[in-house]
Amino acid sequence: MNHSRSWRARGLAAVGVSAALLLAACGGGGGASSQQGSGSQGAQAAFNAASTSVVNPSDKKGGTLKFANPGDWDTLDPGETYYAWSWNFARNYGRSLMMFKAAPGKEGNQLVPDLAEGPGQASDGAKTWTYKLRQGVKFEDGTEVTSADVKYAVLRSTDKQTFPNGPAYWEAILDLPDGYKGPYKSPNANTDSAIETPDKYTIVFHSKQPFAAFDYLAQQPDTMPVPKDKDTGAKYRNSVVSSGPYKFADVQPGKSFNLIRNDQWDPATDPNRKALPDRMEVALNVNPDDVDNRILSGDLDVDVSAVGVQPAAQSRVLQDPNLKANADNPLGTRLNYTSIIPTVPPLDKIDCRKAIMYAMDQTGYQAAYGGPFAGGDLATTILPPNIPGYQAFDLFPNGQDHKGDLDAAKKSLEACGQPNGFETNIGYRAERPKEKATAEAFQQAVGRVGIKLTLKPYPQGDYFAQYCGLPPYVVKNKLGLCLNSWGADWPDGFGFLSQIVDSRVIRETGGSSNMSVRIPEVDQMLDKALTELNTDKRNQMWGEIDKRVMEEAVIYPGVYSKTLLLRSKNATNIMVTDAFGEYDYLGMGAQK
Amino acid sequence: MFAYIVRRLLWAVVLLIVLSMVTFGIFYLIPRLGGATPETLATRYVGRAATAETVHLTAERLGFLDPVPVQYWNWLKGIFVGADYDFGAGVEHCPAPCFGYSFITHQPVWPELLDRAPVTISLVIGASIIWLVAGVTIGVISALRRGTLFDRSAMGIALAGVSLPIFFTGLIALAFFSYRLGITSPGGHYVPFSENPAQWAYSLLLPWITLAFLFSAQYARLTRAGMLETMTEDYIRTARAKGLSERRVIVKHALRGALTPVLTIFGLDVGLLLGGAVLTEKTFSLNGLGKYALDGILNNDLPKILGVTLVAGFFVIMANLFVDLLYGVIDPRVRLA
Amino acid sequence: MTTSALRDLVIRHPGQGDEQPFLEVVDLHVHFPTDDGLVKSVDGLSFALDRGRTLGIVGESGSGKSVTSLAIMGLHTRPASEQSRPGAQLSGEIYLDGDELLGKTPEYVRSLRGKRMAMIFQDPLSAMNPYYTVGHQIIEAYRVHNPVNNKVARKHAIEMLGRVGIPEPSRRIDAYPHQFSGGMRQRAMIAMALSCDPDLLIADEPTTALDVTVQAQILDLIRDLQREFNSSVVLITHDLGVVAELADDVLVMYAGRAMEYGSAEQLFNRPAHPYTWGLLGSMPRFDRTRSERLLAITGSPPSLINVPSGCPFHPRCAYSARNGGLSEEIRPELVPVEPGHIVACHLSQTDREQIWEHEIAPKL
Repeated sequence: MNHSRSWRARGLAAVGVSAALLLAACGGGGGASSQQGSGSQGAQAAFNAASTSVVNPSDKKGGTLKFANPGDWDTLDPGETYYAWSWNFARNYGRSLMMFKAAPGKEGNQLVPDLAEGPGQASDGAKTWTYKLRQGVKFEDGTEVTSADVKYAVLRSTDKQTFPNGPAYWEAILDLPDGYKGPYKSPNANTDSAIETPDKYTIVFHSKQPFAAFDYLAQQPDTMPVPKDKDTGAKYRNSVVSSGPYKFADVQPGKSFNLIRNDQWDPATDPNRKALPDRMEVALNVNPDDVDNRILSGDLDVDVSAVGVQPAAQSRVLQDPNLKANADNPLGTRLNYTSIIPTVPPLDKIDCRKAIMYAMDQTGYQAAYGGPFAGGDLATTILPPNIPGYQAFDLFPNGQDHKGDLDAAKKSLEACGQPNGFETNIGYRAERPKEKATAEAFQQAVGRVGIKLTLKPYPQGDYFAQYCGLPPYVVKNKLGLCLNSWGADWPDGFGFLSQIVDSRVIRETGGSSNMSVRIPEVDQMLDKALTELNTDKRNQMWGEIDKRVMEEAVIYPGVYSKTLLLRSKNATNIMVTDAFGEYDYLGMGAQK
Repeated sequence: MFAYIVRRLLWAVVLLIVLSMVTFGIFYLIPRLGGATPETLATRYVGRAATAETVHLTAERLGFLDPVPVQYWNWLKGIFVGADYDFGAGVEHCPAPCFGYSFITHQPVWPELLDRAPVTISLVIGASIIWLVAGVTIGVISALRRGTLFDRSAMGIALAGVSLPIFFTGLIALAFFSYRLGITSPGGHYVPFSENPAQWAYSLLLPWITLAFLFSAQYARLTRAGMLETMTEDYIRTARAKGLSERRVIVKHALRGALTPVLTIFGLDVGLLLGGAVLTEKTFSLNGLGKYALDGILNNDLPKILGVTLVAGFFVIMANLFVDLLYGVIDPRVRLA
Repeated sequence: MTTSALRDLVIRHPGQGDEQPFLEVVDLHVHFPTDDGLVKSVDGLSFALDRGRTLGIVGESGSGKSVTSLAIMGLHTRPASEQSRPGAQLSGEIYLDGDELLGKTPEYVRSLRGKRMAMIFQDPLSAMNPYYTVGHQIIEAYRVHNPVNNKVARKHAIEMLGRVGIPEPSRRIDAYPHQFSGGMRQRAMIAMALSCDPDLLIADEPTTALDVTVQAQILDLIRDLQREFNSSVVLITHDLGVVAELADDVLVMYAGRAMEYGSAEQLFNRPAHPYTWGLLGSMPRFDRTRSERLLAITGSPPSLINVPSGCPFHPRCAYSARNGGLSEEIRPELVPVEPGHIVACHLSQTDREQIWEHEIAPKL
């Protein structure tokens, strides 16, 4: 008697739950579109329109843009922040020497002078670079920005004890005095060997090696000026002084902050910015599933971290034509790939490596990462298509259906003396389900020609330092394949390639992202490219490096990463910038 | 009685210190079993471009190079006398009680705890009142109407309430009530009570109800079981024999007995939740202690973790003490002489 | 049996019949439907009680004594809230001072409970609510039927506590039940029951849970209070000693039916039913030689679902064989033995007297 009652109760509960699910599932679409205000102008833009054009163009000033972040900034301090979306957003409250243009698609990749009047002037074999600052640019407190402020900003970012999170280009490239510890600890050091400020509006950089792509270094947020008397070191992140069109208000660390208009910003000194919204409100640590729902219902405008739509909302968005038309699917600046490591036999033989290139089922790689929308596009090169220098080529065609060319694979196996295949291990980060799924896809695919892979998960915190990135460990544990992923700091060949194809970044003590590329010719090509001042010629050279590395079959390029993003109902000038592979946060406006 | 309370409070202090030691130990000593060094610990707090030197400097800055007992002592000292913090461009003094600075945000932990505690307290107090009233009422009615449709469906829904995780019911509730119907506040719109009481209540309405749904299920079942038991007690028969109305018998006599275990569990549940209703806060994007703890844990931010652990421990210990004292009040047979 | 027929049977002396008995139970049936079958706890019970007299109801566990008293109090009718299961089925008539109760609404009977008829129970510790003070519970009992304020009720409660012999009543009124000793607790329960001066007091095994010395005090108390308030008392017990001490009339029950009824004098001196003989015989007495075994009644009480046919006692009766099969088939009616003394047994009067004189009495 009692048993039947509780089973009936359970049945009731199950019915109730299913009903609730159905309700909610049917809920989103209808409700969301019915809440549309006076938003769209006539025809609705199509799916992925913002990747190549501006959606909802408008020059109307005013309104509030509402951003949400499922996590938190690493830091708001422009001298230390290292996330792409943070660099994207920082242009609102700071002006760096150079800047990525606020324009859609490929145009967004162009560098334009921001604080500087024009691009840097090279001299001394591209080892010295001179920038002239615009005049009349003011901080939010009214003081004028001078070259000393820019020098100070760059120097303080080299203090890695106070700012351990940021990029480390300046320390590597500038000719700083030995033992320099930054302006707090070495306040009296003479740093003119690295940076000179001959007058208020001129700044000169001296680098140790030729660096033709210096303008890319100059667009980093750590060139945004910092007033020395207002610098509070590690705490500056909570009271950043703005040089851009907006300044901080109501900063509540870990919770939220707002940007309001900087009344000291002079549009006459700033041809690059429209500064349309009156106000930006940013909420931190918001539940990511809730973020999607709030954007769909109009309560929020942008997910500033551009992490993409969560799986819960993803199928809903892709299946509802109304919702899908309001979404974009931009290419990121990231390649998800696998290192094929030649220090592990028999992969020291190029034909064995080629066998893997042919045997892998690339659609499986794509599916493991989330499919064509949320995962990415099938890759055949190291540089993604939106990086200048990209050349389209496919050295290892894997069949019409891209599931692998087994004949070619078998031929390669014979050529390398392993006609029946061989055994090796594949390493991946245990906390990443996508990497695990990819490793399993590999195991299945190359197993078809007799290559037996054993899965080896490792903790992601030490993956590069102790496991796949530690050369002796790799050899000892026969890690022939290691899952990998790389997103450039900025979209050019140097930013993309230097850390993953230069053999000199590989350390026997571990820690490098480059696990497999040791080609002396490539190292020389990289150095040469950095001396080529002509941008087009230089971009051409990146493409050649890409091809040369691919010829060695030491990298299996999996997918060019893509994300699924939702457009705001309220925002204007919605466009994807190829510089970051996200919506451009500088050009957006708001209707209300 | 007074001596008893004082003894318990002193014991509470000892417990909290032990709690902090254990947390410290877990954070610093357990990784050592896996072969970690202070340097490898510090790799969590540097960016992806960090060199070995940066890691070393960070380890130095965060005090990892000192022996663990010394680090603990420094932290403990800070609670009583305050501490100094070097933020590069200068030194800041953090007054007592100083719970240290976040490894990641360089913000002092104690003011953040104070800032986030009211959110959690608001959430828990509101939800607890709702679930107590709803759960007990439904439990009483179910007990009195045992076996009827009401009873079966109430217990069925209670089963759902207990089984379904809050991040599921919460998201569905948000999707339906906030976004589809638009009658409740979307997530993340919390407003402090002091700023706007009406808005405060509005922003917490859905989290209250959702959290209460989870707990009232348990309380309905508990009350129902308690009622079924007390209704068979002899003193119920005596009460009826005196000629009392049935309502009086149920409310003043039966419920009184059934409530004793309910109230003690209530005290413990509230104490536990005050330490951080992590899932609820995460689901509704409420910046309370639970979310603070979650952020700390995900980022290996020890000062944050220690701070919340101690606050949570404090609430639990106090709740236990309160419940023990309460028991003496509500059950005369247990009174301390 | 009709009321008048019953009355005729129990009239003991001339003149008694003019006055209406205070409590009359006529052909009471209380059946409980359960999953295993219909439990016939009380199956055709009839008795009467005059004002100011004490009736002792005796029987083994399961004989239906408590069920009878609960039926009188109206405590078998389930409250409206518990509708989902079928409850007790009652039939017959119960007259309280001429007022028939079984046909009245539950609300009406409730208004009588505590006011005109009250009950005290066997275990005062479990019968009183442990969460409220004794005073609170007495005050509650009083205020249900008397619209007075708390102060007046409290004074009355203190008075009642004094009346039942509790020392320092103004202090003890704020004590909790568990703070009293067993005897004091029972006194407090009596105080609660009598607080509204009821005309009928039903005491269900009031001394079973108490020490022997305390037992005597409680029985004395009941007797004193009865005289003082002139109430009728129904005393339910399995202990014949208690009956001997206090009861004016005795009713012996077995398997939900009356076996024998009469005055205490009649029952103890001239018991008529074999079951009564067995009860008397199984009482330990000092003036009997210890080597002789107690006269236990063989067998165990019958199932109330499958009550033995005919006379319910026949499987355990040493004399049922003398009735030539009657005891197994026909249920015995209540017949008079002497004025005011009735018995339900198939034995002939001569057989009965003979067995009593020669076999039973010498052994007691």
